Amino acid sequence: MSLIRRRRDRAHARLILFSILLALLLAAALFARSLCPLDPNVQDLSIVRQAPSAAHWLGTDRFGRDVFSRVLAGSTVSIYAALALTAVTAVTGTAIGLLCGWLGGWLDTVLMRLSDLFLAFPTLVFALAVAGVLGGGIHNAVIALAAISWPKFARLARSLTIAQREAPYLMAARLAGCSPAGLLLRHVLPNILGQILVAAVLDLSTMMMELAGLSFLGLGVKPPMAEWGSMIDDGRSLLQTAPWMVLAPVGAVFLTVTVFSLFGDALRDVMDPRRQTS
Amino acid sequence: MLRYIGRRLLHLISILIGITFLSFGMMRLAGGDPVTYLYENAGAAVSQEVVDRTKAEYGLDDPFLVQYGRWAAGMLNGDMGTSYVSHRDVYDTFVSKLPATLALTAVSVLLTAALAVPLGILAAVRQGKLPDLLVRLFSFVGTSLPGFALAVLLIYVFCIRLQLLPTIATADLGRSIVLPALTLAIPMTAKYARQIRAAVLEELGKDYVAAARARGIPGRAIVGRSVLRASLLSIVTLLALSIGSLLGGTTIVETIFMWDGVGKMAVDAIDMRDYPIIQAYVAWMAVIYVAVNLVSDILCWYLDPQAREGGGPS
Repeated sequence: MSLIRRRRDRAHARLILFSILLALLLAAALFARSLCPLDPNVQDLSIVRQAPSAAHWLGTDRFGRDVFSRVLAGSTVSIYAALALTAVTAVTGTAIGLLCGWLGGWLDTVLMRLSDLFLAFPTLVFALAVAGVLGGGIHNAVIALAAISWPKFARLARSLTIAQREAPYLMAARLAGCSPAGLLLRHVLPNILGQILVAAVLDLSTMMMELAGLSFLGLGVKPPMAEWGSMIDDGRSLLQTAPWMVLAPVGAVFLTVTVFSLFGDALRDVMDPRRQTS
Repeated sequence: MLRYIGRRLLHLISILIGITFLSFGMMRLAGGDPVTYLYENAGAAVSQEVVDRTKAEYGLDDPFLVQYGRWAAGMLNGDMGTSYVSHRDVYDTFVSKLPATLALTAVSVLLTAALAVPLGILAAVRQGKLPDLLVRLFSFVGTSLPGFALAVLLIYVFCIRLQLLPTIATADLGRSIVLPALTLAIPMTAKYARQIRAAVLEELGKDYVAAARARGIPGRAIVGRSVLRASLLSIVTLLALSIGSLLGGTTIVETIFMWDGVGKMAVDAIDMRDYPIIQAYVAWMAVIYVAVNLVSDILCWYLDPQAREGGGPS
């Protein structure tokens, strides 16, 4: 017992630490435009490709734009698009999984066969084609990735719902006269929400990397808007003369993904102390 | 065994129909009329009559299901239409570029296995010591970088700073494949070293290991003979599962390193809205992915004596 408690205390401490870091990151991304030291989109051809200095902390790019400001401004799209994508995917998948697990029958069969079908495609291959067909843009990139990612959550929610279906507390609620919709939304959902939330948070970093990948291939945001994936693509031809154009957004992606996944690990350990990352 | 394979094959057929239908239907739903694209790409403005005649010529005025049937049959007999851009046969183009992608994928998987298995075992055997910490650090960093960022970093270090390797694919394939394969292998190695470590640790905690230790069998022999064999199952499953992300990853890696495979072909086709190529690419990638998963399932079933005796997994 004491071992588990000690682990839980340590996990709590970690969760608090990474919650603070995550909150800082989200706040920075939210207020990025007002935090930028310089306008991220203003070009100044007299100062192109300058190395990092006191005036330009992370140097300037091929159009003389301030790289630090662009990385900061890019965080808004990169981070919030990933959050939106994860939210859309998790909500859709959970709704489908809940219905399938609860109702069973032909609806369950049809939707689960459909999820089998989507699981048969390599994620990026499918997303690439859909985003390409829809014509690029960050909204279409989100739609494309959500279309291929929902089965993960549908399957999780379905199996969790089935596990709850025969639970004594549900029979009690049913005997007390609770309506089917009430059972599902007020009793089943709150009981499985924790695990779904953990899965969603753990998926956040993957989603962010996939989204950045589509942007890198030119299927995400449109120039001149700043976004990390497209900044890395833009700077890659100048890697020899202006490596900071690439290294700065790479560092930003790494930092964000690190905070996301450490937060996710800590959250999981707090929710379920037995399944520790050793 | 035969009944198990038979059931899997039946399931496979329904999945294959779904895959081809979705790949084909997606491009049709995309809106826009292929013939218009065809002439737009050629830079010509034509009258409605010419458009109609071309449609009839390509069979594009047939009902949707007839077109789908013809296209799906074409996957088997090698007639999947003509590219809107190059006007070359789609199937021939695809087949001519596939070996490059398969070679890259195979080298990456082998590299992953060659790196992840020793690293995972090393970390498990030296749990809590320096090698373990280093492997875990590597695992963490390797899974926190998207493939394209890693590729660019590798180019920066090996091509620009150290000037050891070529930036893009050259005639010297042996040297050209190093960076693309590493880009694909590093994230997978990072992920699997961690999971193999966990699998081996779990195996090491079992009673038979303690019994073997008590009998004085050296640790090296226990790990080499028993633990490794027991962990083999999870390693095979992991490698098979990685094929999906690998096939997706080749699009980005091939584009960056100018590796002339199907992934780069697809990205180029998307830029040009060359739908027949994209259709064929998506459908074939899914088919390959499904086939690899089937083989690995059968292999696992074969490797796992418990499942074999019990009549196979459901």
